[in-house]
Amino acid sequence: MISTDPKAVVIGASAGALEALTSILPTLSRDFRLPIMVVVHIPPDKRSVLAELFRAKSSIEVIEVEDKEPIRPATAYFAPPDYHLLVEDQGTLGLTNEEPVLFSRPSIDVLFESAADVYGAAVVAVLLTGANQDGARGAFAIAKAGGHVIIQNPQTAFATAMPEAGLALCPDATVLSLDGISEYLKRIG
Amino acid sequence: MDAPVIETFEKVEDIEIRLLLEALYLRYHYDFRNYATGSIKRRLRQAREQLGFATISAMQERSLHDETMLPRLLGYLTVQVSEMFRDPGYFRAIREIVVPHLKTYPSLKIWIAGCSGGEELYSLVILFREEGLEDRTIFYATDINQEALQIAEAGVYDLDRIQLFTENHRKSGGKSSLSDYYSAGYGRVSFDRTLRDRVVFSDHSLVTDAVFGEMNLISCRNVMIYFDKALQDRAVGLFRDSLARKGFLGIGAKESLRFSAHADDFREFVRQEKIYQRIGK
Ligand SMILES: C[S@@+](CC[C@H](N)C(=O)[O-])C[C@H]1O[C@@H](n2cnc3c(N)ncnc32)[C@H](O)[C@@H]1O
Repeated sequence: MISTDPKAVVIGASAGALEALTSILPTLSRDFRLPIMVVVHIPPDKRSVLAELFRAKSSIEVIEVEDKEPIRPATAYFAPPDYHLLVEDQGTLGLTNEEPVLFSRPSIDVLFESAADVYGAAVVAVLLTGANQDGARGAFAIAKAGGHVIIQNPQTAFATAMPEAGLALCPDATVLSLDGISEYLKRIG
Repeated sequence: MDAPVIETFEKVEDIEIRLLLEALYLRYHYDFRNYATGSIKRRLRQAREQLGFATISAMQERSLHDETMLPRLLGYLTVQVSEMFRDPGYFRAIREIVVPHLKTYPSLKIWIAGCSGGEELYSLVILFREEGLEDRTIFYATDINQEALQIAEAGVYDLDRIQLFTENHRKSGGKSSLSDYYSAGYGRVSFDRTLRDRVVFSDHSLVTDAVFGEMNLISCRNVMIYFDKALQDRAVGLFRDSLARKGFLGIGAKESLRFSAHADDFREFVRQEKIYQRIGK
């Protein structure tokens, strides 16, 4: 099914993200081979506790990104509130203050599009629950570059708009439940 | 079948971007060649779409022959997002932890590098006035974007931003009311001219220009995130060489000197707020 060995996983989630990610990140073991970049929609003025929360629950490393953070295996990288997170071509992660995309900063589209640019076919994108359309364009860019797109089954999602929008643009995406996504990641990483 | 085609396509875009940036440098001496590629790509794709060019090469051709393209492209290539007292904790730390040190000097030089429309500049001038330091200070406010510098010099902002600025100012430990410093009318607020009495505005690039001497505090927030690692190293080296002995450097909330080649020339002064102090020298 995957022709190119993936070098990274990118994940996007919005409403219902906490629960969805809880079914995924803590299930991965310390020898997971890949880096995982995560954008969750969070209010801009709040200090985010996501990284702390998942660090406590997970075997892989979990950090909130600072600009030019080196990309390492077995690590989940959370975008900080009010910054876009991008994959850069020098093996690092970058942040920017550019305008919100679809009212969101961080934006899933921005992360996914940068991942498509840098990794081409060698990336797996996971689009989870959410109540808006962010992530669909980015998933499309990943599919177009030959990467693998996985979308949470809208029927099992807390909020259906985001996975549905993703499916509308990427009809060939693999549709899985949260457990299915966890199993899939364990297999490739 | 698909993959090779797409790969060629992407390489073409990368080449086009490099050629455009090279053209801007050779023609206008604006050097974006070492900016972080992810962001530059996004901005140039947006510019191409919104300015109605078929390709980035077409945009390059026009940029070489039509000077009015430069300011338009600068609007895309430089990101102008800012607020007064953005990240109030940073300004609180300057006020409570850095200012007591600054008070021991008879005269002070402060450099706001990448000042955008002046929001960060006025935040610091007001803070220094509140702390009784303004009269002994010269503020240098620099940017590469002329339009932004003009906005900074005018000190006029949309009224609908003032609620946020006021809230930030209060959270930063402000000792006065922000409304003491501006007058409102016609949907805009105009900051008091006297706030500019001690300010020197200038066009200065962290990429191509030289050291500014003997600063006591340099505040450069959310500017270096647009640079690649090599260019960040250049800028931090420039700051190191522009700081007086034991001078301070403040950077953005999600920036860090951890990854810098010059990390050893600084110590973390207020770790949480990304305020560093020059050591050695
Ligand atoms: C996002 S704004 C930051 C504004 C403000 N410092 C803040 O944190 O709110 C970035 C600013 O950096 C300026 N800039 C970009 N490249 C620069 C360079 N090479 N030298 C100086 N300023 C630059 C841009 O024009 C823009 O005004």
